[in-house]
Amino acid sequence: MNAGGNFREFKAAVASIASLDVAGVTLSADLSGALFWEEQSLLVVSDLHLEKGSSFAARGVLLPPYDTVATLSRLAAVIARHDPKTVIALGDSFHDRTAHERLSAADREAIAALQARRDWIWISGNHDPALPSDLGGIVASEVAIGPVVFRHEPTGAAGEIAGHLHPKARVATRARWLERRCFASDGERLVMPSFGAFAGGLSIRDDAFSKVFRAAGFMAHVLGDSRLHTIAASRCY
Amino acid sequence: MTRSRGLHTLYISPLKALAVDIARNLETPIAEMELPIKVETRTGDTPVSRRQRQRRYPPDILLTTPEQLALLLSSDDAPFLFSQLRRIVLDELHALVTSKRGDLLSLGLARLWRLAPQVRAIGLSATVAQPEQLSRFLVPQPNGERKSADIVVAGGAAAPIVEMLDTRERLPWAGHTARHALGEIYDLIKRNKTTLVFVNTRSQAEMLFQDLWRMNDDALAIALHHGSLDVAQRRKVEGAMAAGRLRGVVCTSSLDLGVDWGDVDLVINVGAPKGASRLMQRIGRANHRLDEASRAVLVPANRFEVLECRVAIDAVAENAQDTPPLRTGALDVLAQHVLGCACGEPFLAGALYEEIRTAAPYADLGRTDFDDVVDFVATGGYALKTYERFARIKQDKNGRWRVTNPKVRQSYRLNVGTIVEEAMLKVRLVRSRGGGSGSTGAIARGGRLLGEIEEYFIEGLSIGDTFVFAGEVVRYEQMSEDQVYVSRANDSDPKVPSYMGGKFPLSTYLAERVRNLLADKRAWNGLPEQVRDWLSLQAHFSRVPDTRELVVETFPRGNKHYLVCYPFEGRLAHQTLGMLLTRRLERARARPLGFVANEYALAIWGLGDMSFMIRQGRLDLNALFDPDMLGDDLEAWLAESALMKRTFRTCALISGLIARRFTNEEKTRRQVLFSTDLIYDVLRKHQPDHVLLRAARADAATGLLDLRRLSDMLTRIKGRITHRELDRVSPLAVPVMLEIGREAVYGEASDELLAEAAEELVKEATG
Repeated sequence: MNAGGNFREFKAAVASIASLDVAGVTLSADLSGALFWEEQSLLVVSDLHLEKGSSFAARGVLLPPYDTVATLSRLAAVIARHDPKTVIALGDSFHDRTAHERLSAADREAIAALQARRDWIWISGNHDPALPSDLGGIVASEVAIGPVVFRHEPTGAAGEIAGHLHPKARVATRARWLERRCFASDGERLVMPSFGAFAGGLSIRDDAFSKVFRAAGFMAHVLGDSRLHTIAASRCY
Repeated sequence: MTRSRGLHTLYISPLKALAVDIARNLETPIAEMELPIKVETRTGDTPVSRRQRQRRYPPDILLTTPEQLALLLSSDDAPFLFSQLRRIVLDELHALVTSKRGDLLSLGLARLWRLAPQVRAIGLSATVAQPEQLSRFLVPQPNGERKSADIVVAGGAAAPIVEMLDTRERLPWAGHTARHALGEIYDLIKRNKTTLVFVNTRSQAEMLFQDLWRMNDDALAIALHHGSLDVAQRRKVEGAMAAGRLRGVVCTSSLDLGVDWGDVDLVINVGAPKGASRLMQRIGRANHRLDEASRAVLVPANRFEVLECRVAIDAVAENAQDTPPLRTGALDVLAQHVLGCACGEPFLAGALYEEIRTAAPYADLGRTDFDDVVDFVATGGYALKTYERFARIKQDKNGRWRVTNPKVRQSYRLNVGTIVEEAMLKVRLVRSRGGGSGSTGAIARGGRLLGEIEEYFIEGLSIGDTFVFAGEVVRYEQMSEDQVYVSRANDSDPKVPSYMGGKFPLSTYLAERVRNLLADKRAWNGLPEQVRDWLSLQAHFSRVPDTRELVVETFPRGNKHYLVCYPFEGRLAHQTLGMLLTRRLERARARPLGFVANEYALAIWGLGDMSFMIRQGRLDLNALFDPDMLGDDLEAWLAESALMKRTFRTCALISGLIARRFTNEEKTRRQVLFSTDLIYDVLRKHQPDHVLLRAARADAATGLLDLRRLSDMLTRIKGRITHRELDRVSPLAVPVMLEIGREAVYGEASDELLAEAAEELVKEATG
């Protein structure tokens, strides 16, 4: 009986990472919504939208002020799991231009701790086009490694890994709909799910995605509770 | 500026239509007697110019709704408007007080008692279970004590004549359509002058209306009336009714309340009555005169409903009522009210607290809860105090709370009220893609707009399912963000028969009477023969539940094993029970696969042989049904429960954390939209005792999860479980077994479902 339980845990551990090919490079999609390139020891997360709560609060919508700490603790967990040499934050890491000024001292320290002993690259996004240098790491508009280019807004180019669109898939199951964040890819390019606790989603059936994936078929790698599910985008809605 | 005197009488009703109707009935005698009394209505439909004039030159009698009262009270004019007020009349009090709307109204009353200490409130109701308790709503509650109003009982009404349709047809085992009795319903309409046909859901109304017209060889004038029909169409039907031009109207609860639509001589209630008071309210629509008896015929749609109809008829004969008891005031509504108060005159926290506790639902409100709510309104109520500079209300140097900027006031006015509309999707008619449910690719977008439908209904459908909408049978083709695409279906039988059998749960009172009826074999003589035979078979093959016990049956069927129990606590409580039992059975390694609940019973199925496990002592039913499931298991499930998230969303909207309606300037900014699910997840983890989570949990107890009823049931049956191991399905289990596959399986094992969906699609693609 115990064996059954262990087997189930084992299965869950394996299934929580699915391998993906983009432009011939094999990458691992992590259940948390992060992407890991083992060969390069590179971890990528997109659209953290830190301080989105306080950004809304300033406009009178008093969302809970816990989104930054929630996002950073999930990020810390995935970094601990993979211990990457390099981390790329793929843009929109901060919800607005002054968001970094509202970071609490503790959150600032948490970021510094994550950056210790590794390279850290902030890709700039439309929400955070000009990041200050005192955040640690370096700021870039895009990074190319081998056949792959990392940038915030997808252009549809081959070999591109981007964020910005916050893909989510709605799947009709036997019982009801399930709506989850997902990786969207056709094998040549990839759009990452948003990682931020308060970052919402855009249906992969939205026109924005057909502009990126011009060919008809692309897949949604849907983030389940303990594993990833690969479903053709045309079957989601 | 010259102003007239303030209001003399305030009349409040739960329905706009009722306010308008009463105004009409008052104006005629006032005009005839040439009295110098001005009567006006004020509802959401009243033009802005008239509303402004009313604030400056109020009428003597104002007929309005709880939402409009809240708006008036939040204005600077409130003291002028109300200080002369003498009378408050609350019509259909039972309907006003048993919801969050009632909470809002009670807070409004508390304010009126302060502005106009001389005012007296009168509540009217024809159906009240506990008048003593309800009447507390009408008088200021003194600190720490219970005070009731005087009660006047109007007597002399003739007892209604209520019968159950003694059908010549075979009574269905399950379902809610009552199709078997169509011919008999049609005959009743034909034999009477004007008949109201009540059903429990909108889609039942649509379907019955269609079916009646299909057989309407005499071209009887039969109309349809329900809440989501276009207003103009509803007014047309009401007009024709009042003029006596209609022979029959198929309607839902949209016609439940006191509006007088002319000379109805028969009421037919199709399906389960659900509650004794609800039934009496409906019967009262016939023959609106005290000295003549109302006539009503109940048409049960299945065998279980026969039992429910039987006990409801007995309850009506005894004039036994079962309206729900007075509520404990909700904290999200209180938050809305506190913001409203700050929009008017600035307030001192201590004084407002005392005022609020004069409202019966809030008489026991603790000071800590109140202070938490004020803190929530000001800065969100977070333990992490970082939003002081973004506060919506602030204390001035005298300690009085006031709104920090005019936008807050504007947003309050736009979002007042406690009725949260379901998320709606637009339904468009397109051409079918043809083929089976497996065809791929996009269908043509666009298409004619048929109307709007609740998102939760579509959520329960699979592509290819057919259902009735806007008088047609349609096939669900596809959906995009806020549009549902359907095509015309050729089948006359929609696959999804109803909106899950109705939104009102069976009342606790009727449930108890049904249990008593079952337990008393002599009383079976009053039941139709088909039903008597059914119960006798059950007694022979298994067991008919006694009044206090819970009968649990286990049996194999196909290659699965079933567990069926009969708590009679309503679908919501059964669904919650099913969810919790499934978790426990999973841990006991009974490998449960799913469950289905109806108003009377719950069926769970799985791969493990539960009969064998019970025999072996590996599955203990007393432990399985132990009330401790409402502890950790419940907490763990709530964390992920879609129902809980929906409950939280309602609280977030009512409390004003998230706006429902925006000013035009804001509308252009897409960022204002925000998923409350994300807030729920973060808040639950980082501040589990936040006031909104407390409000959501309190709602779950009586709302979508019906936890209170479940907990009462589990306590009642503790140590009283009777198990029957059977080799096949029992007669009593047939109705709930027939629901399998008809109702969506309410599992929450999302990974299993996603995997299944993925596999199915793979099979389609490769096979």
